[in-house]
Amino acid sequence: MTISEATRDQMRDLAARYPKSRSALLPMLHLVQSVDNEVTADGINACAEVLGITSAEVTAVASFYTMYKRKPVGKHHVGVCTNTLCGLLGGDAVYAALSKRLGIGNNERSADGEFWLERIECQAACTHAPVMTVDWEFMDDVTPASAVDVVDRLARGEQVQSTRGPVIRDFEATEHTLAYPLDGLVNEGEAVDAKMLAGLRVAQERGMSAASVPAGGAS
Amino acid sequence: MITSGLTPIITEHWDKPDLYTLEGYRRVGGYQALAAALKMDPDAIIGQIKDSGLRGRGGAGFPTGMKWGFVPQNDGKPHYLVVNADESEPGACKDIPIMLANPHALVEGVIIASYAIRASHAFIYIRGEVPHAIRKVAYAVEQARAAGLIGENIMGSGFSLDIVVHSGAGAYICGEETALLDSLEGYRGQPRLKPPFPAVAGLYASPTVINNVETIANIPYIVDRGVAWFRQFGTEKSPGFKVFAVSGHVVRPGIYEAPLGITMRELLDYAGGIRGGGEVKFWLPGGSSVPMLTAEHLDLPLTYEDMAAAGTMLGTGTPMLFDNTVSVVKAVTRWLEFYKHESCGKCTPCREGTYWITGVLEKFEHGHGSPAEVDTLVNLCSQIAGRSFCALGDAAATPYPAALKFFRSEFEAATTTSADEQFNPVASYVFAETATR
Repeated sequence: MTISEATRDQMRDLAARYPKSRSALLPMLHLVQSVDNEVTADGINACAEVLGITSAEVTAVASFYTMYKRKPVGKHHVGVCTNTLCGLLGGDAVYAALSKRLGIGNNERSADGEFWLERIECQAACTHAPVMTVDWEFMDDVTPASAVDVVDRLARGEQVQSTRGPVIRDFEATEHTLAYPLDGLVNEGEAVDAKMLAGLRVAQERGMSAASVPAGGAS
Repeated sequence: MITSGLTPIITEHWDKPDLYTLEGYRRVGGYQALAAALKMDPDAIIGQIKDSGLRGRGGAGFPTGMKWGFVPQNDGKPHYLVVNADESEPGACKDIPIMLANPHALVEGVIIASYAIRASHAFIYIRGEVPHAIRKVAYAVEQARAAGLIGENIMGSGFSLDIVVHSGAGAYICGEETALLDSLEGYRGQPRLKPPFPAVAGLYASPTVINNVETIANIPYIVDRGVAWFRQFGTEKSPGFKVFAVSGHVVRPGIYEAPLGITMRELLDYAGGIRGGGEVKFWLPGGSSVPMLTAEHLDLPLTYEDMAAAGTMLGTGTPMLFDNTVSVVKAVTRWLEFYKHESCGKCTPCREGTYWITGVLEKFEHGHGSPAEVDTLVNLCSQIAGRSFCALGDAAATPYPAALKFFRSEFEAATTTSADEQFNPVASYVFAETATR
């Protein structure tokens, strides 16, 4: 697909946000994935043109970062953390169940183009292990059955709510958010759950508080 | 010195559903500290943070005020503040919750820190895999901008600041501060040789301070309540409080904010203990890059100095606890597969070494290791540690020797018996379900 003039305008807008335009390259590549579903040669050329660098320089960056794909991802990106903590606490079984359900392995796309499956590294949600992501939105505390259910519901076109985030859209929509995070979804879904409040609840139950410690002067 | 109990400070108002909005944050006293700070001399703020003894919460524990003090003043160059929000260390999960729940504490801290180091541009580099945290922070910045807390002549102080929220793209190495700078400049995220340090030549070769999310989130509280108040928590060398994230085989994994100096046993008690009344087999105080400890270390205070004395590090202060169902061979192998995947490839010992360690460990995991390799691997790790630009190589050389110290027999058994035969993996799952094998 050819990168449209509207997308190039957005690239120029991103580049203008930084003291040096090349700093915008990572968000620009997310923008490419939001319209092309992957980092395409056209997308690389457009980034290079806007920034006044070579396409080889852009390719060198695109090939370094795991989130950039050089083949079509499809509609939904499905990640399962199989790093030590999530993996051993059940992420391995979650991954195996999804792999079986989708008939694909790591970094592969299902034949119908609906799902990309990936063993992801630590997602900074170890308190919510095992962790799965759909289009990079959190699906916390999954089991093999609940993970397969998420995929089944998405396949049927049903609504799936992230456990700490909005209703799942699709991979390209998330990639657009990474370039332009003011997407109007900040109020959607829950962001703070019981596990994030675990210590606060214990403190409240046991009457423990830092507020009882008097504030000292600004010494 | 308060070193026990839970002390919700950064997390105190997380149960208020609108805390992430400007109105919600202001209702609990938000941006009072900024108003006070903008009336202070910037050097006085640096002095206050130095006096507080605040140490970096990203893992290394470097004194924050000292870092700020390294920035040369009146040098005629632009200065930059960069927030490291690339939380990717296996086991670390406290910065993302801070950004989800209390993003304005981060933004307020960014404005105060930028004023102190005389930066007119700040960047918040958030890993790309967490869109909802990015949304929350971007929204907080936008609200602060609309309210005149970011922009030109903030609150009539003459101080101007722009903040850019920047999405990463999936690279653990970008949590290393100089790799983060290269990434933020639009390059592959590879570490730089130090010196020069970022305080002298950082972003765009200008003086730059790089601080962790939790570190910056501490700033408004210190400015607002004072050094004496802050130093009531923790110990002489590890003052303050910590957003601990407790994960693994505990009854109630989650966020527990407590003073530094609390013991793992006390934190574990708040988290409900090990599931099923079981016991800790091994635990890591702060990420996979710090050496593991065992049940005999549960009574040590969680401070930078006590963890160092025990041969490990506080790291990110996000303890992972594993019970007796877990194969240490499998756990260590998985961590090394991670380091192999994330090595940026710049330094040969790390790039090649992670490949070789992982290869040998995978043989052990499958029960094919040779007895001689138990010690060969120690030698291999010692060839990597200290021989690369950044700490990723050191981190990769850490898990195996640490595990061997306590669980040598398990690695020796793995010369004939696979990890899964030694320990049924299903027993480690946190749900009751048969594995799909």
